[in-house]
Amino acid sequence: MFNPRRLFLILVPYSWLFFLFLVPFGIVLKISLSDAALSIPPYTPQFDPEGGWAAIRELFSGFDLENFIWLSEDNLYWKAYLSSVWIALVSVLLTLLVGYPIAYAMARSSEEWRPTLLMLVILPFWTSFLIRVYAWIGILGSNGYLNQLLLWSGVIDEPLVILNTNWAVYIGIVYTYLPFMVLPIYATLEKLDGDLLEAAEDLGCSRFQAFWLVTVPLSRPGIIAGCFLVFIPVVGEFVIPSLLGGSKTLMIGKILWDEFFSNRDWPVASAVAVVLLLILIIPIILFQRQQQRAQEAEQ
Amino acid sequence: MNLPAEQTGDFIPWEDADAKPIIRFQGVTKKFGDFTAIDNLSLDIYEREFFALLGPSGCGKTTLMRMLAGFETPTSGEIMLDGQNIAPVPPNKRPVNMMFQSYALFPHLTLADNIAFGLKRSDMPKSEIAGRVDEMLSLVQLSKFGSRKPHQISGGQRQRVALARALAKSPKLLLLDEPLAALDKKLREETQFELMDIQEKLGTTFVIVTHDQEEAMTVASRVAVMDHGQLVQVATPEQIYEFPNSRYVADFIGDVNLIEGAAKSVTKDAAVISWAEGLPDINAAAPEGLAKGDNCCFAIRPEKVSISAEKPTDAANALPGKVLDIGYLGNMSTYHVELGNGQIIKAQVANQRRLSRRAYTWDDQVWVSFTATAGLVLSA
Repeated sequence: MFNPRRLFLILVPYSWLFFLFLVPFGIVLKISLSDAALSIPPYTPQFDPEGGWAAIRELFSGFDLENFIWLSEDNLYWKAYLSSVWIALVSVLLTLLVGYPIAYAMARSSEEWRPTLLMLVILPFWTSFLIRVYAWIGILGSNGYLNQLLLWSGVIDEPLVILNTNWAVYIGIVYTYLPFMVLPIYATLEKLDGDLLEAAEDLGCSRFQAFWLVTVPLSRPGIIAGCFLVFIPVVGEFVIPSLLGGSKTLMIGKILWDEFFSNRDWPVASAVAVVLLLILIIPIILFQRQQQRAQEAEQ
Repeated sequence: MNLPAEQTGDFIPWEDADAKPIIRFQGVTKKFGDFTAIDNLSLDIYEREFFALLGPSGCGKTTLMRMLAGFETPTSGEIMLDGQNIAPVPPNKRPVNMMFQSYALFPHLTLADNIAFGLKRSDMPKSEIAGRVDEMLSLVQLSKFGSRKPHQISGGQRQRVALARALAKSPKLLLLDEPLAALDKKLREETQFELMDIQEKLGTTFVIVTHDQEEAMTVASRVAVMDHGQLVQVATPEQIYEFPNSRYVADFIGDVNLIEGAAKSVTKDAAVISWAEGLPDINAAAPEGLAKGDNCCFAIRPEKVSISAEKPTDAANALPGKVLDIGYLGNMSTYHVELGNGQIIKAQVANQRRLSRRAYTWDDQVWVSFTATAGLVLSA
């Protein structure tokens, strides 16, 4: 049955997806199949809108998979992909270890304090992301605040080298992405019925067993959501590794930037982006299925 | 005032001076900041009892139970379980289990795993756990549902799982916090009898907390009526209903007519109470300790008041009035009769015949009458 109102409602999100996701992706895919050239824009073939069918046919005949073959042949790229996924996995684990206790403490705090604590978690978003990451340079550098404090207190004799290592990248990532882990976990813990913990204790659990057997399983949807929300953007992260990481920090976001702006090889850069998207689509699909299952379980 | 044994059943350990209580509260006080939830309370509960704590919300009954479970510790006083002070014992080490008002079933576990939850924390060998779970599931008639999750069963079934889980560890004492409050009326009544059957079968001591006086009266061997952190009366349901010790209990349990007055004359077993000018005095049995001139209150249940068109000749008390309201309840009708001074007396009459024609209708002049022993003179 044709229902104009329903059609309109569906049209809004779908046209959003079409114009802001599918069309740009199509453009990137097209560039990834092209060849680099010294021109503006820097690739061939280019589509001539006045050429009609012949131009389109010519365009398609100019496409090849050369850039993707190039990616598979140079081991820099797959090392960067692997290293990005590894750094993302470690970051997820670290963020979870830091974020879960924060979310737990927030959910267990008195009700009047919760909005304030929630505010404090979100507060960093009010400052530019770039400025916050830059601030870490000042903290982690060999003459930075952290080393000064440790030297002054006598814990160390020589300044620690943190900046320009993977450690700095992890610190930056955990700091930046913490709210994405804390908020979904907090949402599940806040809903947790206190009677369940008392029931567990009543049935013979110690406090820790009750936490492990009741609180953790019931906050699993939040943990999974938080992990995906951190993992997916961190794989493609560029700003943090380029500002805090060193020359040895290999991440695909950095490669992508270099290909685009240093080499001006748009086709290879686009191919890198297309492969990154394909790698991320798997966790994104898993994430959506999990969300769906969590929703069904709630009904 | 004590009823003979055959009326209360043979199970009356609270009247046996040698019986040892399983639970003894001794001068227990519990304060939350400035608020006194339990005020210097002493109480004995005996083995195999089905004991009800009854009172309005905020009277302290839930606090009392949470102290038994171990979730609260008394500010002062002692709670003895089997002769041992249980104040320092944490909830997970007490031989006490609780059935929560919200049931508190673990949503991520199947019904069988919910019931096995406590057993897995006990020293029961693994091989015996499955058998015990099956036994508990069949006790509450849910044998086929073991692999379901709590959200896949009805409210009544959830209630039974909660009961089975709380009983699985064979506790010395089972606490039930408003166990039937979430069920609809019909299911609640059925479940009350089920609870009694299970209690009788297992012989476990049950302590139930409820604000529903009918529920307490139905299931309990003894009822403790609480108010402001104190016990007002602890007695069998029959005694509580027929011989309330105060206006509060008389008013809280069931329906009652309360007539304020003063003792005009008191003999050994009869009292005359004057209560309104121009209306006949009330003749009643005299309670102990009532003296001439004391202010008192005459309490009588509506079902013990008769109603007639003519003044009855043989009744000890007969008061004229007019019908103000008639409430038809199906099995009986309640007549609200307004007396000369505005006092309203409720009289309940069983509808023994199908309603073709009412004997009295609105604004009819009638007489309400009752015997001298039908009511009770309360001085508290």
